[in-house]
Amino acid sequence: MPYVPHTPEDTRAMLGAIGAGSVEELFAEIPLALRPKSFDLPEGLSEMATRQRIEDLAARNSNGMVSFLGAGFYDHYVPSAVDALISRGEFYTAYTPYQPEASQGTLQAIFEYQTAVARLMGMECANASVYDGGTALYEAMMMAVRQTKRVKVIVSETVSPIYRILLDTYTRNLKLTLVTVPQAKGATDFAAMQAALDDATACVVVQNPNFFGCVEDASALFAAAKAKGALAIVSAYPVLQSVLKTPSAMGADIAVAEGQSLGLPLSFGGPYLGIMTSTKPLVRQMPGRIVGRTQDGQGRTGYVLTLQAREQHIRRQKATSNICSNQALCALRSLIHLSLLGEEGLARTARVSMENARYAAKKLTAIKGVELLNGAPFGNEFAITLPRSAQDVCLTLIEKGFVPGFPLGRYYQGMDNALLVCCTEKNSRRDIDILAAWMEDAI
Amino acid sequence: MFPTDLLYTPSHEWAKIEGDTATVGITSFAQEQLGDITFVDLPAIGATVTQGKEFGSIESVKAASELYSPVSGEVVEVNADLDGAPELVNQEPFAGGWMIKVKLSAKPEGLLDAAAYEENAKSCH
Amino acid sequence: MSTLFKKSSPGREGVWPQAPSQDLGELLPEGLLRGAPAGMPSLSELDVVRHFSLLSRKNFGVDSNFYPLGSCTMKYNPKFCEDIAGLPGFARLHPLLPQLPRGDELTQGALEVMYETERWLCEILGMSEFTLHPMAGAHGELTGVLTIAAYHADKGNKKTKIICPDSAHGTNPASAAIAGYEVVSIASKDGIVDPDALAEVLDDEVAAMMMTCPNTLGLFEKNLPKIVEMLRSVDALLYYDGANLNAIMGKMRVGDAGFDVVHVNLHKTFGTPHGGGGPGSGPVGVCEKLVPYLPVSRVVKDPSGRFHLRYDYPKSIGYVAPFYGNFGVVLKAYAYMLRLGREGLIKVSENAVLAANYLRKTLDDVLEVPYDRVCMHEFVASADKQSQKGVRALDIAKALLDKGYHAPTIYFPLIVKECLMFEPTETESKETMDQFVADLRDILALAESDPAAVQAAPVTTPVGRLDETRAARNMEITDDM
Repeated sequence: MPYVPHTPEDTRAMLGAIGAGSVEELFAEIPLALRPKSFDLPEGLSEMATRQRIEDLAARNSNGMVSFLGAGFYDHYVPSAVDALISRGEFYTAYTPYQPEASQGTLQAIFEYQTAVARLMGMECANASVYDGGTALYEAMMMAVRQTKRVKVIVSETVSPIYRILLDTYTRNLKLTLVTVPQAKGATDFAAMQAALDDATACVVVQNPNFFGCVEDASALFAAAKAKGALAIVSAYPVLQSVLKTPSAMGADIAVAEGQSLGLPLSFGGPYLGIMTSTKPLVRQMPGRIVGRTQDGQGRTGYVLTLQAREQHIRRQKATSNICSNQALCALRSLIHLSLLGEEGLARTARVSMENARYAAKKLTAIKGVELLNGAPFGNEFAITLPRSAQDVCLTLIEKGFVPGFPLGRYYQGMDNALLVCCTEKNSRRDIDILAAWMEDAI
Repeated sequence: MFPTDLLYTPSHEWAKIEGDTATVGITSFAQEQLGDITFVDLPAIGATVTQGKEFGSIESVKAASELYSPVSGEVVEVNADLDGAPELVNQEPFAGGWMIKVKLSAKPEGLLDAAAYEENAKSCH
Repeated sequence: MSTLFKKSSPGREGVWPQAPSQDLGELLPEGLLRGAPAGMPSLSELDVVRHFSLLSRKNFGVDSNFYPLGSCTMKYNPKFCEDIAGLPGFARLHPLLPQLPRGDELTQGALEVMYETERWLCEILGMSEFTLHPMAGAHGELTGVLTIAAYHADKGNKKTKIICPDSAHGTNPASAAIAGYEVVSIASKDGIVDPDALAEVLDDEVAAMMMTCPNTLGLFEKNLPKIVEMLRSVDALLYYDGANLNAIMGKMRVGDAGFDVVHVNLHKTFGTPHGGGGPGSGPVGVCEKLVPYLPVSRVVKDPSGRFHLRYDYPKSIGYVAPFYGNFGVVLKAYAYMLRLGREGLIKVSENAVLAANYLRKTLDDVLEVPYDRVCMHEFVASADKQSQKGVRALDIAKALLDKGYHAPTIYFPLIVKECLMFEPTETESKETMDQFVADLRDILALAESDPAAVQAAPVTTPVGRLDETRAARNMEITDDM
């Protein structure tokens, strides 16, 4: 029996100590009426056979395609040392650091992670992370609702639609009003958002770069929100945040992000990393775990989970959130990744990705009938309009082994011909040239 | 054991009524139960509080608790010292650890005197 | 040990990509750029490797320490599962691929993993359908409660309350409250749910009750059939917190027993690692009548054996995750299930219960066990007697750290004084448990003879007991504060 060490001799001895005649006797309290009606499962496999089975399944996914698909989830290069370090059992087989003396490794790493992401956003505070960027955005919104005791939330339609549908699910049973302000040709309609502000507004929510890849400055909107007593929330892209104007410089109160681009594999949607940062006055509204620095009796520096009175295990139904865990291992991955790249490596990643995107934009818009959706500045992703259905073009290119981007019609009405194209440092000029050639053919 | 010039709630707040103003805090019993206080969340000056309703919250390392107002009226003063030194609630619950001063809008009803509160506190052990 | 940021040496080269060829100013207007560098550390690869290797040595983990941590199921995490999650065919798979035209065809392997995992879970738990989307146990609870709310709303039921026993995990009431419900707590009797206490609070406004079975005391809920009947009488649903599933695989299926909704923690029962606090995965299963309300997307198999994602479920609660949950974690759990198979999973629960009872019997003469009868996969003990001499559960926990064991769960559940909760799991050997008990006996003897020595523990760990009050008051949560 794999992973169970007891020999028949051990089992006999243990039963003897308990005073039971059989293992089955230990389950005597479960009445017969509650016993399983069926338990029809396959027999176990050897490790090798299990592995083969799963390798076969892996082979049935698309492998080796050249991809320009991003839309908030990016394929950046991950240094080998990330996997080497994260594979240490002392990290990944540890429990939540409730016993701080036995968990200083995890705790110091989270403290350093909090420092790194707070710096990236220009914010004062960060928590130990939540499930993903979408959850982080929802939790940020709820922080604003609690802090302001207001019920209206203004969200730009240029915030990822994948996150906006999450907000919709979570707020359905709550007395909140979500106002979505339509995008304007892929740009955030700041004037319309400002016009929607009123004394009932808890917060305004924008994304930078927005879902269409546009790099924007929400400073004026945030100042107007502040004047109305509302909070300002930005959903950011951590890699580009190394070069872009920070949420705090725009006047944001809370900045969140999906941390996947910081060394996490795409892994078909998870596990990912919900980064949450805020100004200091909002820290007690933060959900989830937070690590703080302190000392032991001998004056030695150490780290503990702190401000726990916010959390469910103490406050139960009055907690700031029901979130109990954090994505500790993912946060650690992102921290190791950031450390290996450093200031220069991260900025280079951002800049090379942006340069590749400019090259791709130039090549693609050289095709007759292909244009940029708008003239706004963009980061490493941009939207183009095609002379025909983006879905159809996509299909043709997929058959040639290229994923050319994300067709925007799925989430935006009237955008059936629009395609969102992403580049990272991994997309070579040669691949971009081939993409452009195939696309010209397809059109 | 508890000061006799104060009135008490079963939820362990106290009020010292002087004319039309009440000073409000939590009792020595309450702070002992909570342990080391780390944060006190209080209303702003000008806020309205209602007897028996929440007016703030208090946190210690291992616990959190809502604060219930022993009186009704308008908050006219808030103990700003608690912001930087929440331990005052542990050290001097009936003096330097006071929380808010309230201009009474109505005479509070049903508060306990020191003897009755002591009985009440005993039953909480 | 100083932080990464203090070790930074500006200009030192890490793992840099190729240099950019254009000035930043050519890429974006100045006004959209950062004013000052972000302040990421500049370190060599060895600097980083050494920093994190040293940090790892300041951690306990199942790979190096016995973790009898009640309610957490800290079993061994098989190594091959980690390898599998890293297979490029899965690790590089973009989650938006299925949303592209004919995208399902690009992800058949992943969809099959999801579909098959759901089938396994349905059979293990006796439920009609499962969703893998919830990204942790608490997230599963929230998903389950939202599903319950959608069911009642659809039926036109006016429900406002959810009942939680006083022994419940804190996430239960928190999840119910976040979904918009009022939480009603009921007291346990003899360590289990008391039907009389339930009767007192049960009315037409009760949407559901959240339970775990065995409960957090490790006791089987003997009144379960009665409770099911009472809840059904007011069309209230019964929720199963799967935190304690490791006790009952193959012995009881929660669906057969009358539970309507369940979440399971893949990171407990199905051997995926805890990762120092996450990521987890909390799939939710439901009975037939709740299937229409499950979150979208859902994975289906067509008659030709192809797998597809479907979104057209008009009664669905919507999306609880951006994609399909923590797929990487699900993949490890799937590998674990395939490896163990039917017999293996039954043996997991049998041996988890055997080990817990063995541990209980070998220490109940030195540590009070308030409910000293056959337990399931865990049990609680009380250090109330020791605490009269000044040695509290916390002190015993810290003294165990000095002996190289992770502490048991302490002060939970809230209803036992000076509570210590032990869960050895099926993967620990008799020798390990025997040595543990011998060491625990030494600690308890020391508690009699020299309480101060126990109160001073731990002394062998990188730091001693830390000043949590100072941490909360000073609030130094980044290196810049």
